[in-house]
Parts: sequence; structure tokens; C-alpha cells
Amino acid sequence: MRLLNRSVGRLSRHRRRPLAGAAVLLVALLSTGGAYAALAPASQAEQEKDNAALVAEGKELFMINCSTCHGSNGEGITTQNGKLYGPSLIGVGAASVDFQVGTGRMPMAQPGAQVEVKDPSFNQDEIDALAAYVASLGPGPAVPEPEQYDPDTFESEEEREAAVALGGQIFLTNCTACHNFTGAGGAMPRGGEAPSILNTDPKHIYQAMLTGPQSMDTFSDGNISPEEKKAVIAYVESMKEQPDYGGFNNGSLGPVTEGIVAWVVGLGVLVAFAFWIAAHTTRTNQTKKGSAK
Amino acid sequence: MSSDLSEIEKHDDSHPELNAHTDALLPDPGMHEHHWRPTDVDPKAEKRAERQVSAFFGLSAICSVLFVVAYFAIEPGYDGDVWLGFGASNLALGASLGFALLFLGIGVIQWARKLVVDIEHSEDRHPAASSPATREAALTELKAALHESGMARRPFIRNAMIGSAALLGLPAIVMLRDLGETNAQITEAQPYPGAGLEHTVWDAGVRVVRDVVGTPIRPGDLEIGDLVNAEPATIFDGSLHGAPLQIAKSKAATILLRMDPNDIDNDVTRNWSVNGIVAYSKICTHVGCPISLNERTTHHLLCPCHQSTFDLADHGKVIFGPAGRHLPQLPLGVDADGFLVALSDYPEPVGVSYWERNTYDIDEIFDDWSKDHAADAEQYGYKEGGQ
Repeated sequence: MRLLNRSVGRLSRHRRRPLAGAAVLLVALLSTGGAYAALAPASQAEQEKDNAALVAEGKELFMINCSTCHGSNGEGITTQNGKLYGPSLIGVGAASVDFQVGTGRMPMAQPGAQVEVKDPSFNQDEIDALAAYVASLGPGPAVPEPEQYDPDTFESEEEREAAVALGGQIFLTNCTACHNFTGAGGAMPRGGEAPSILNTDPKHIYQAMLTGPQSMDTFSDGNISPEEKKAVIAYVESMKEQPDYGGFNNGSLGPVTEGIVAWVVGLGVLVAFAFWIAAHTTRTNQTKKGSAK
Repeated sequence: MSSDLSEIEKHDDSHPELNAHTDALLPDPGMHEHHWRPTDVDPKAEKRAERQVSAFFGLSAICSVLFVVAYFAIEPGYDGDVWLGFGASNLALGASLGFALLFLGIGVIQWARKLVVDIEHSEDRHPAASSPATREAALTELKAALHESGMARRPFIRNAMIGSAALLGLPAIVMLRDLGETNAQITEAQPYPGAGLEHTVWDAGVRVVRDVVGTPIRPGDLEIGDLVNAEPATIFDGSLHGAPLQIAKSKAATILLRMDPNDIDNDVTRNWSVNGIVAYSKICTHVGCPISLNERTTHHLLCPCHQSTFDLADHGKVIFGPAGRHLPQLPLGVDADGFLVALSDYPEPVGVSYWERNTYDIDEIFDDWSKDHAADAEQYGYKEGGQ
């Protein structure tokens, strides 16, 4: 430490020399320039090149896996009797692709009332390429960054708790009608269902609100702000940690499962027990000592 | 047959000819041979059963005590103790009480089956009516009582008693008044804005705001397919408190939906929309459940209670389910600052039907509304044919 002080002291003695100013300026310019070159993101030209390659890769995947229903330019296909075969993807944005392909909904196995959730058919690099291609078709919502949706990125526990309180009110007002007040999902008309969101990745919950997949309404940023979306996700995540204070939740589907359990399991066990009692005699063929028989 | 079975009378003597006839057709087979239980023949088994039954009663007693201990020792409710992911209090109380009842039941059944005397009895049915002599005696006594009380001889007292008893009904009827004011009285007095069944707190120029956060909405905030659960700005401006606030909020609940303007296929719905944004009451017209299960692709709004379905592109008409009336639509406009506002209150009462409620065609409702509100609404950009 003393050594350092001495050398600083020696330097300091030269600080008023005529060349000192020029030397300091030179050092400063060199270090900022060097640091910029080392740390700055790839140049715009390079990025555009990367993006173009990504879009090209995405287009190739799209032509093979998606164009049958969505058209070779993502314009959508309408059948001769006017029914929609596959909707147009122009303007749906990267977020929509990341959600639909990332949750395994697309490519769809078969048309029907409900698009099945399955294991994703593509890895994240391929999904990114597809998303880049579809995003290039028209402006749409981008894939969100982790600090937009991840409840672990709140700066303090107080901030997270405040978000859970606000998010709970927004969830109960906007989401419970279809997804149930515990997020367990529910039935929709004509064989559809609002899926459970309890095992859904926070990123996918954010993207679902943003893009309104399938029959779900859109909750765009003008409807529920990005901060409010993060609060809703914080609430959904907090629900997963809630113990079942009231005992077995029976799937949290409300009175239907509770009734089935009470009538079938509860009463069933009692009736079976009563039959079992009555079906078994306590008598024997032994005779009383001293009796005639 | 065992000798210590008691001799039981087989018939009573009320219908000897019938008894003789049935006995001739089906001779009485008598009792089965009696089998003994181990506890009847073996004193050791009897002792064992005795211990078993008292053990079950003892277990039941222990569970009852455990219930009391659990009640005081375990922290209940939210943030209470947790075992295996369940609320410890509920689990312990339920299990201890359940087992206390179960062991008591098992003990009683074991007692009855193993130790209580086990001998067959037969008991014949007897006629339901009393014998003629008993009936005669009862009638005589009734007549005597009537005579002795003087009911027949003193009609004035009798009538006075009947009259006073009848008037006892009056206090009950008068107390019905405490059920509350009639709808007409509430509407007349207007104790708070939008009181009564016909009106809500919505009014011309009241901003449509997002529920929970209370922020106003510009048409440009919403994309096609956006659904907003909305309330009037009045709910959030602090002018209402307590019960009136809750009543106003529940009646004024509104859903706002932006659809492709070309999807709207009703002229009235188009007149009351702004750039494809339509607003409807959130209260189902069947039994008043709040509804916001909307299918974005079809604009069909489903009520989860009884599956009434309303078409939001066509004046909220009922396309399925038990609802009897279409969903009331809120006429929308835009104020000078560019925020969505109501052009008036709902043109018809929201919520479920009631006695004096008439059902009108949507075109009649629109004609009435135009007469009263169309001129005022022009300042919010209203013009027939859509904005």
C-alpha cells in the first residue's frame, strides 16, 4: 500500500508539466476506445447478417412444418367453403410463435375443439429461428426478456409481495372466469377448455396474455400493462407455494369434485362397510356345554 | 328348537277366519335351528370380546381428548402450522374427530354382535286400527268435552277466540315492511347515484376505466381481441363509500371488447361502438352471475353458471341457454381528451328480470335512446352508423 502511495505521489509530482494533459487525454481515449471495441455488441451490419441467417433458417423450417396450414408466406389458408384452415401469421409476432411452438401446441397434431399441449417438436434454437421468420412477416409482439416476466427478478421481497397483492386482484378480475380462481382451468363451450396454468412457464403465461392464443382474449400492454402482467405472474407463482390449508383440494375444481368424493367415496365406503358387517355372521357350529345338541 | 325361546303369540284374534285360511295354505315352518356364537359357548372368547369393545371405546375417548388438545395447540388459518402440505389444524381436528366417531361406532357394533343376547324372536303384525270399543270410547269422550266446554252453547266466545287468533297473522304481515324499501321508493329518493333497479352509476361523459387499477382507456390502447373488465370512473374517484359503493360497483360492472369492426353485424351495436370497441353489462340476464368467459374468435360470451351464451357482435343476443333477454349494451364515445366515455347510462336495466320489467326489441330501445340522448352524445363523437 505504501509502495502504491509512493508511485502515485511520484506521478502526482509531474501533473503540472506541459505534456501531462496531452498524455492523460491519450490514455483516456485509448482506454475508452479499447473498452468499447471489446465490450460493445456486434456491429449493426453483423447483427443484420445474423438476423438474416436466422430468418432464412426459420423460413426453411416454416416451409417444411407450418406452410401446409398457414400458407407458404404465412398468409393463412381458407378452404373453398370459407372455413379457416390455418390463420394468417402476418403480425402475430415472435412472442406468439415462441408460445405456440414452445408449449408444443404447434405444429398441431389434428384440428379440433382444443389444441393439445404436447412436448415441443423443436429445440429453442429452431423456435428462435421460426419466431424470427414470422416476426419478419409483419410487426408484432417480441419475445419478452426475463426481467419482464420472471418473479425472481424483483429487486426486493417487499416489491414482490406488493406485486403479488396487485396481481391477485387483477387475476381475480380478469383470469378466474375461465382459468378458475386457483388457476386450475375449466370447461369452455363446444368441447374446449381453458387449460390449467399451474405448470405453465412464466414466460409462456406472459406471452399468452400478450398474444391471446386460440380462443383466449388478448391482454395487450394497453389493456394490462407489462408491470401488471409481471404482478399477475408473481401471484400465479405464489399460489403454487400455498399449502392446502383446507385439506385435500380435489383438483381445485369446486363443488363437482367435492360432491363426487363425498357421495361416491364417502358414502360408498359406508355402504360397503355396512354390507361387510351384515354379510359376516358371528355364529359358529360349536354347541353350548350341557345343551342337548 | 331351544327351550329357552319365549313362547310368542302367533296371531291376534281379530280375523280368525283369515288366519285359518292362510295357515292351511302355508303351514308355519317355525324357527331355524339356533346356532351359538363363540362368545356364547366359550367364556374366554366372551372375556376377549369384552376387552376388545372396551378398547375401542377407550381409543375413541383418546381421540376426543386429542381433538381438544389439537384445537388449542395447533395454529389454524392462513400462515398457520402446515403438515405434509396441508393445514395442520384442519387435518388434526378432522382426523381426531373422525376417528373418535369411528371407534365409538366399531365398539357399539362389536358389542351388539358379540355380547348382546342373540336369540330369535318373531312378532306378528297387528291391524293398524284400534278396536271398535276403543274408537267408540274416544268419540264419546270428545263429545262430552265439546259439551262441557260450551263451545256449541256460547258461539260468541267461540267466534271471538277464532277472530283473535286470526288477527295474530297481522303482526307477521306488517313486519314484512322491514324487508326494505320498494324499488319505486329507492328510485324516487335516489339516496346515491344510480340507485334502483332501472339505473346504474354510468352517465353521459363518465370515463370507462380498467377495474382494479382505475386508469382511463384510449381506443388506441386496445388491440383487436382485447377484453377489458371495466368500471365507471365514478367508482374510483372517492365519491362513494360503503354499501352504496359496493352496490354501484356490482351493478355497473362492464366488459369492453375490441373486435374487427367488420365483424359487428347489428346496426345498433355498431352505432354504440367506437372503432370496433363494444361495451356490455357484465351481469348475466338470467340470474345475475358476473360473466367474462369470452371466446375471442367467435365473440361469444358464456355464463359459467348455466351456460347462457350471448353474441357480442349482435347486440348481446342470447344464442344458447336459459337467459331470457339480451345483454344490455353501453353506448360508447370519446371525450375531448381522447378517453373512452359512456354516452349515457345503460339504455335498459341491467341484471336479472323483475316484476315490472318489460322486454323491448333492440330497435325500440335504440329509438327511445336516440330521442333522449343522441343530441347530447354528439359532443363525444357519436354519429349514427358508427364512429
